[in-house]
Amino acid sequence: MSLLPGSPHRRASIASVLATTILLAGAATASAAEEAAKIDTGDTAWMLVSTALVLMMTAPGLALFYGGLVRSQNVLGVVMQSFTCMAVITLQWILFGYSLAFGETHGGWIGGLDFLGLAGVGQDPNPAYAATIPHLVFMAYQGMFAIITPALITGAFAERMTFKAFLVFTLLWATFIYDPMAHWVWGVGGWMRELGALDFAGGTVVHISSGISALAAAMMIGKRLGHGHEPMPPHNLPFTIVGAALLWFGWFGFNAGSALAANGLAANAFVTTHVAAAAATCGWVGIEWLQRGKPTVLGAASGAVAGLVAITPGAGFVTPLSAIAIGLLGGVICYYGIRLKEMVGVDDALDVVGVHCVGGVWGAIATGIFASKAVNAAGADGLLHGGPGLLLTQVAAVVATLAYCFAGAWVLLKLTDALVGLRADQDDEYAGLDLSQHSERAYVLGSVAD
Amino acid sequence: MKKVEAIIKPFKLDEVKESLSSIGAQGLTVTEVKGFGRQKGHTELYRGAEYVVDFLPKVKLEIIVSDESVAKVVETIEKAARTGRIGDGKIFVLPVEEVVRIRTGERGSEAL
Repeated sequence: MSLLPGSPHRRASIASVLATTILLAGAATASAAEEAAKIDTGDTAWMLVSTALVLMMTAPGLALFYGGLVRSQNVLGVVMQSFTCMAVITLQWILFGYSLAFGETHGGWIGGLDFLGLAGVGQDPNPAYAATIPHLVFMAYQGMFAIITPALITGAFAERMTFKAFLVFTLLWATFIYDPMAHWVWGVGGWMRELGALDFAGGTVVHISSGISALAAAMMIGKRLGHGHEPMPPHNLPFTIVGAALLWFGWFGFNAGSALAANGLAANAFVTTHVAAAAATCGWVGIEWLQRGKPTVLGAASGAVAGLVAITPGAGFVTPLSAIAIGLLGGVICYYGIRLKEMVGVDDALDVVGVHCVGGVWGAIATGIFASKAVNAAGADGLLHGGPGLLLTQVAAVVATLAYCFAGAWVLLKLTDALVGLRADQDDEYAGLDLSQHSERAYVLGSVAD
Repeated sequence: MKKVEAIIKPFKLDEVKESLSSIGAQGLTVTEVKGFGRQKGHTELYRGAEYVVDFLPKVKLEIIVSDESVAKVVETIEKAARTGRIGDGKIFVLPVEEVVRIRTGERGSEAL
């Protein structure tokens, strides 16, 4: 989302306030007000499609990406967690989450309860955020981001958290971490937005927040049984590849949709997103080939996702050529990023920290380096375009996000543990989440008598 | 009577079965197994984590034959299963005390 002081939407908002004032004074300027907040059918069509694309990223995208990476006794458990995010976060969002994130600000920290139960969120645009699409579309689009973010964290505690604990933690996390973060960065009056930090599509709100919370989760829940001495290879890499490809496809909605309109900025974000994913795939596979002697398919899938994460904050602020640098380096940095867990001795099962936190931090910093007003006048110039201040602002936003989300997730995990217990007991973990949590098996082969 | 047990490469199963049929062998039991011998396993690489896979998939066949046909059966399996490369497998011959055909109650070589 590019909601910045001086952006076209912001100007539209001021125009509409002025127009309303004049209207109250009895002047015949109703047409001006309509002009300011007139639904554009092209924008609306694109945002409806983008909204659906972002939902697809959670399931089947992420569900397959993660599902293929776990062992066969846990694939349903992991898929169920992504699917459940689509269900429960949607309700949370409609009832109060959207209001906490996008309601009238309380000191830049949290949104008010104005939009509770979607009060006032209707078919007319809300010019403060998107003047040319129905407020309902903006709300639904944002809701899809709220869904995928906690789903990303599930990769860190995969194969060992009970379903009940996942459910409690996810609802708490969405309410106390995601909603405030979204408000700080994207809400009108949010303090990070006021600071001037650039985050086009959710580098801090989605990737750093989930990535650093994943670290807290992996640390608190502990390693999987047998970790370090039993092999735990992915059980179905074709799932993972299909999942990664769907994430890549859905990311066009995520990044290009964040222009909130079908315009040139959306086209820029579309191209930079695609280019960064391509470059990062080359970067990851290349460094892996050099270092380990083989180019792996999982390396290609991981590299693509790393590149998509890295370009997310800058997609609407950098040029396609800058996106090559951001992607290529993003692939290499995340390749080393996933080594971090060995150094700290944490079992981040599916590398959420190495890809989303490390890639997200790189993306935020890269935005401070490569951003250009020539791409987006509502943005700022980065280091390479003569604006060193932006880089500092980006770093400040990153540090604040890391600190708040790590500490917040830690507290919420403790609370969840006290309420329902985080971890499946040993027998259940050994049997697998599919059987122990859901009484189902993914693969029932050769059991038919013949 | 003897039991001939052979551990062979999975892709050689069809060839071995055909050859055995052509010399008139009457029955065969096949199991998919894993194991290791002189042929070592392989290394797998997932996001930089290396796993050494020690056990390789093989097929085990069991066939019970009369004393006089043992040599022929062993020779047939040996020929059909050979690729000349490491990991072709092994053949074991064991004595069998009794055989019962469950349907008719026949005993001994009658039941083969």
